[in-house]
Amino acid sequence: MRLLPFLVSTAITAGLVYTLNTKIGPAPPLGKFLSPQHGFWQNAEPANESFSQELKFPALKGNANVYFDERLVPHVFAENDEDLYFIQGFLHAKFRLWQMDFQTEAAAGNVSAVIGDKAINYDREQRRLGMVYAAEKALKEVESDPESKMAFDAYSNGVNAYISTLTESSIPIEYKLLDYQPNKWTNLKTALLLKMMAKMLSSGTENDIVNTNAKSLFSMDEFKMIYPQVHDSLEPIVPKGTVFDKPGIVPVAPTTADSIYFGNKDVVKYQEVSKPDINNGSNNWVVSGSKTQSGVPILCNDPHLELSFPSIWYEMQLQTPSSNVYGVSLPGTPYIIIGFNDSIAWGVTNAQRDVKDYYEIKFKDATRKEYWFNNQWTVANQRAETIKVKGGADYLDTVAYTVFGPVMFDESFSNELTNKKSLAVRWTAHDPSNEGRTLYMLNRAKNYDDYAEAIKFFKCPGQNFVFASKAGDIAIWQQGKFPARWNGQGLFVMPGQDSSFMWQGFIPQQENPHSKNPERGFLESANQRPADSTYPYFIPGSYITPRGITITHRLAAMTGITPDDMKKLQYDYFNTFAEDARTILLSYVRENDLDANAKKYVEIMRNWDLYASPNSTGQTVFQTWWDSLEVEIWKDDITRVTPSANWPDEETLMELLKKDSAMVFIDNINTTQKETLFDAVTSAIKKASFDLETEERAGRLTWTKHKDPTIYHLLKTAVMPFARTGIPVGGNGNIVNAVTKSHGPSWRMIVQLTNETESYVVYPGGQSGNPGSKFYDNFVDTWAKGEYYKAWMMKKGEEKNEKVKWILQFKKG
Amino acid sequence: MKFIVAFILTALLSYAAGLYFPWWSIAIAAFAVAALLPQKPLAAFSAGFFSLFILWIVLALSIDMNNNHLLSMKISEMLFKSHSHALIISVTGLIGGLVAGFAALAGAYLRKPKTEQN
Repeated sequence: MRLLPFLVSTAITAGLVYTLNTKIGPAPPLGKFLSPQHGFWQNAEPANESFSQELKFPALKGNANVYFDERLVPHVFAENDEDLYFIQGFLHAKFRLWQMDFQTEAAAGNVSAVIGDKAINYDREQRRLGMVYAAEKALKEVESDPESKMAFDAYSNGVNAYISTLTESSIPIEYKLLDYQPNKWTNLKTALLLKMMAKMLSSGTENDIVNTNAKSLFSMDEFKMIYPQVHDSLEPIVPKGTVFDKPGIVPVAPTTADSIYFGNKDVVKYQEVSKPDINNGSNNWVVSGSKTQSGVPILCNDPHLELSFPSIWYEMQLQTPSSNVYGVSLPGTPYIIIGFNDSIAWGVTNAQRDVKDYYEIKFKDATRKEYWFNNQWTVANQRAETIKVKGGADYLDTVAYTVFGPVMFDESFSNELTNKKSLAVRWTAHDPSNEGRTLYMLNRAKNYDDYAEAIKFFKCPGQNFVFASKAGDIAIWQQGKFPARWNGQGLFVMPGQDSSFMWQGFIPQQENPHSKNPERGFLESANQRPADSTYPYFIPGSYITPRGITITHRLAAMTGITPDDMKKLQYDYFNTFAEDARTILLSYVRENDLDANAKKYVEIMRNWDLYASPNSTGQTVFQTWWDSLEVEIWKDDITRVTPSANWPDEETLMELLKKDSAMVFIDNINTTQKETLFDAVTSAIKKASFDLETEERAGRLTWTKHKDPTIYHLLKTAVMPFARTGIPVGGNGNIVNAVTKSHGPSWRMIVQLTNETESYVVYPGGQSGNPGSKFYDNFVDTWAKGEYYKAWMMKKGEEKNEKVKWILQFKKG
Repeated sequence: MKFIVAFILTALLSYAAGLYFPWWSIAIAAFAVAALLPQKPLAAFSAGFFSLFILWIVLALSIDMNNNHLLSMKISEMLFKSHSHALIISVTGLIGGLVAGFAALAGAYLRKPKTEQN
């Protein structure tokens, strides 16, 4: 043996192995990752992969079969509910494990454990918002109901049964890229996933902090003008003219409201780390048999969410001898969320209501162990939070819990210099609830009464449940647990030193806005305010008005409706907002002041057909011009607010200008002369034309090139090859086909309730979460073209049907 | 002849080990073969290197063909900003080869008494 060369070559080998087994920077551990027997190659699914298999699990009560069709949609036939949800958990894990694991860990504030210290602020915010606290309370409620506990337990067992089959080679590719291992599934994780949805849909719909800052500058009259509660053009969910009952609860403002609340001019210098997108909206509508060609109702739904790979939805059919339901499920939780069974169909949109308020807390000292409440020092519960950090020491945080809820912001947590305020959160997602119960019951509902009973369990996030039955009923309920507020309550941060500003109760469930079989023969919701100003409660929220107008107008004008008409409406690019807004732009532009270039763009917009279609240049000009006008009008006013306030929404500006072309905010307060609407509109197109010219030179003047619709992987720009960019679609957030840059219809469904249900569906993704599978993104092109797949509600006896491509057999044993 | 035997043995042993043990078991396989089979150090290195270079390329290539290059293209783009399955397959082979080559070199030096040198 030659010692020195031996030692040197051994050292080189060991060094190589060590280096190639270690994650360095963003790169995965290369040796491990490139090994054909262990690394990413193992995730490269053969194009002719067979999904047929026979599996045995002792936890099963009977035998069950899963029939996959050519789109890899599973049709699950089980003998009982327990096996059904076990298999649903198994399938979710088999096709979507990383996504459900990552999303629940993110909900719980455990991202730093995966990606390191850059996520600490995100994790702290999740914990300070009380996400785990909320999930724990929900789980307690779930586990007190035997049926729900059964479903959650069976589901978790199914997920874990799949996880236990995994090896280093077969784990999803994201674990290999980030170099970590799957976590075991628990019922708490299912509860966390539902709270993630609650945050996504009901946490970003309040603006208390920015409103408080706006109030420090604007008078209450100005505030009401630029942030109105009801738009003039509103087409509410509950048809206009509906008579509401006398309110069951009449909350009363405290006598101190004017002095210490409305009159308080303090600012709050906090900003949330991850505030959900208010475009998390949706459309749903239903038409009764009186308006359809077939004479039976047609129900439609397209929930708008951040579009992502893997898709948020997983399509499936679930059947037992006592139930049969088809639709989309949410990987990480049992049940079908949106879909239809043999008797009814249902869909959801977001209620957009404000169900989260902040209270300013006065602590005795910096330990935050006692706070002043109702004239005495009161003990705050301390919840210790340990945040694990990849490649670093644990980060320790302590969150104080008050009678209102967790203290989200305090001196120790803010991303700006604080002014030492401590804010506690009162959020309905913290109250015990069991939303899954609604879904379990809807999956089995046979008629309107079953539906009306089922939705009562749904507390947060508030949703518009649209409904149709084969018996011919159509209905909609805005369902949720909503605080009964006195006028103005919770628009701003409230005083928290006593109970006088606390919520005094909740709107009785039967008084939630609803409608059944209205005369006009259709119902719709599109994130607008649920009712007009005659509704007897103060209901702030982040409502979106234009889509509801388009849908109402379209449906009102239609008769003899077919599913094809409904497909066209879901894909509709008409820009209702621009109908009025363009008139304003064209009426007030001084064309003689413009250069040839700007004149050309004015001409393009003048000749535009008002459709935000992919190749429209008019839409690009219109939107750029309008955005530029908003800057002209609001920038001087809004940027005076410290540190920041929301810009009024575009519907508000349009309506203000329509009513009063000399309204006070048109003047730029930073100049000596007084600007008119002519000045603002003309200046806006002059500035916009520079941007438009840049876009045109880069070949991006058409609307789709301008916005570059993109579906990102959940790991965003870190894994761009897993994304799809430049998807050729038009639309916008205020348009029925609501595709923005990376947001839009995450599932389109049309259900005609004929004897044999006829349903058309599509979502922008694929059934497999694996970027190495051809089923990863195979629905995207169909979705982009506005085409659909006919859903197959498989029946017993069709096992030999040619649509069945693979069979996964589950055996007890 | 010895080269071919070492080449084949290393590939077989590495493949079998890879079914049950972590990826770096290829280093142990290459080391063991070189330690048991007398070879010149350079020859041992070459046998180890080419054995794994070829083994990993063959394995990756067959997976890649069945997958229609779907994933290899994405990973190549991600790691090398280059839309090339040939590149990612070559790098795969190179990494396997280097680890096995140096491990085989160490094995050869372990075996070789000074006097037998020539």
